[in-house]
Amino acid sequence: MSNQQNLYEETIKGFWRENPVFVQMLGLCPALAVTNSAINGLAMGLASTFVLVGSSFLVSTFRNLIPKQVRITTFIIIIATFVTVADLSLQAFTPSLHKELGAFIALIVANCLILGRQEAFASKNRLPFAVGDAAGMAGGFTVALIMVGGIREILGSGSFFGVSLFGENFEPWVIMILPPGGFLTLGVLLIIFAAVKKRRDSRKLVQLES
Amino acid sequence: MNYFWIFVSAAVINNFTLAYFLGLCPFFGVSKKIDTAFRLGLANIFVMLITSVCTWFLNTYILYHAPYLRLMTYIVVIASTVQFVEMTIKKLSPALFKALGLFLPLITTNCAILFLALTQTSKEYSFVEGLFYALGAGSGLTLALVLMAGIREEAELSEIPDVLKGAAMSFLIAGILSMAFMGFAGLFSGA
Amino acid sequence: MSSEKSAGPIRLIITLGLAGLFSGLVLVSVFLATQPLIKRNQEEALEAAIYRVLPGAETRKIFVEEDGKLVETESADGAEAVYAGYDGSGKLVGYGIPSSGTGFQDTISLIYGYDPYEKKVIGMQVLESRETPGLGDKIIKDQDFLDDFSALEVEPEVEAVASGTKSEANEVDSISGATISSKAVVNIINDGNDKWRQLIDERTESEGQAE
Repeated sequence: MSNQQNLYEETIKGFWRENPVFVQMLGLCPALAVTNSAINGLAMGLASTFVLVGSSFLVSTFRNLIPKQVRITTFIIIIATFVTVADLSLQAFTPSLHKELGAFIALIVANCLILGRQEAFASKNRLPFAVGDAAGMAGGFTVALIMVGGIREILGSGSFFGVSLFGENFEPWVIMILPPGGFLTLGVLLIIFAAVKKRRDSRKLVQLES
Repeated sequence: MNYFWIFVSAAVINNFTLAYFLGLCPFFGVSKKIDTAFRLGLANIFVMLITSVCTWFLNTYILYHAPYLRLMTYIVVIASTVQFVEMTIKKLSPALFKALGLFLPLITTNCAILFLALTQTSKEYSFVEGLFYALGAGSGLTLALVLMAGIREEAELSEIPDVLKGAAMSFLIAGILSMAFMGFAGLFSGA
Repeated sequence: MSSEKSAGPIRLIITLGLAGLFSGLVLVSVFLATQPLIKRNQEEALEAAIYRVLPGAETRKIFVEEDGKLVETESADGAEAVYAGYDGSGKLVGYGIPSSGTGFQDTISLIYGYDPYEKKVIGMQVLESRETPGLGDKIIKDQDFLDDFSALEVEPEVEAVASGTKSEANEVDSISGATISSKAVVNIINDGNDKWRQLIDERTESEGQAE
């Protein structure tokens, strides 16, 4: 790997430039399914962070000991272990959150983002970088989840993190906290990001030409 | 009657893709041609049926005593089944194998299959109920895939604004499809 | 970098074996550590629901069906059970009957209190549902709807009627805009009654007032 690897760069890329949800389009199932409120998005983000960072830590530590042929299976065993631990812990310490997130906690194991990071990065990089990458990706993931969850909650329930924003007379846009709302929110967000990017790119072009 | 309800519920009323957000990777990735989408859907149904059978046996005879091993065993079973299906398709139809490309092994991380295994267990479906559930879920998935592919095939031929191209439009289409499918809720209200 | 040369089968088996072993150890320990907490959470949730639908009850006993009769048991152990609630003086308040069935969107699971002396439903609480937020999910919180279940005749059976037209003691006003969810709740209660009422009434008669 390049000697110019910068820990800061590797960590920060997951937040915006290579954001798992908005750019790489990974981990969509939880991103849409449990983001009917900001707190659910945050909880899912934190649980996924736990799994991703933990798995990357172990995979990177043992990367030289895992034979190529069984690497995917080993990754899955490690990931599934962390997910089960997260599931049991949530069930024990925050039963109401566990009920809200339901089966989707277990589905973290099928989150292509986590397996993807192990395969693409953690198994090929030293520990500090693997953990930084995992933290950044997980952070970007959580931010994305809170964004989608927040928008859906504000429009669909009139609250943010449970705090009612608009008072009694607000007629919530219920569709936002239902499945179509998830798709639409993400779609609109992607359009906004694409528009912003287009504006920025054309400005850069103008700057280069001038 | 109960079996029929399980099938219809999983296929349309609680469609795995449009209501539960499962199986989104293939949904947005493969669904550009109706043909491929349909075949991937069939492969999914097949994997789901096998998974349903395996998880039922595992759950009834072994996992009752160690519920925390459930997740681990299910995902290993799914991974093995997909491997098996992959080899079968490769042998029976190399062309299809090439067309499906990366998406075949990705069925493993297809949350839909794992979700099927987990809910079948938590709803305590019998062996036959589980089969109908798998059939329904798989059919619903295939239906969503084919619908999406069809719409996108048509869309290829129209003028689309730059910012909408690609993923954004797919999501908006999915949102509208999802709304349409909401109309199925209450299908059995008379019951 | 992972090993360049292809590892022999023994190495593969050892790796998977160790991974599995490590995983197994971690899972078993976490499971054992969290089990007591999880069990307690579940029991507390159920207790809270039982006492909510049996107003005045302070203690409870668990009953399962055995050979066509109600038999008291220490713990339900996964079998279907009803919960008898007793007030401070040991008098039977009623039975908490869990029941579930199809709602508008998915399965609704609830518990309701049944008074075998008055032959009335005396309380109802929805435990789990996935009804439409803002519409169907009113069955959980709408106070007028819930109040209809505080003194509900069960004979010949509970009926759901259009919102505002309740006239008989065995009728429940459906929530306007959520008729199907409301009807589902009523059906679920009738199903529960079909299943348990005879057993409960028989036991109550044979035990008499001295509970």
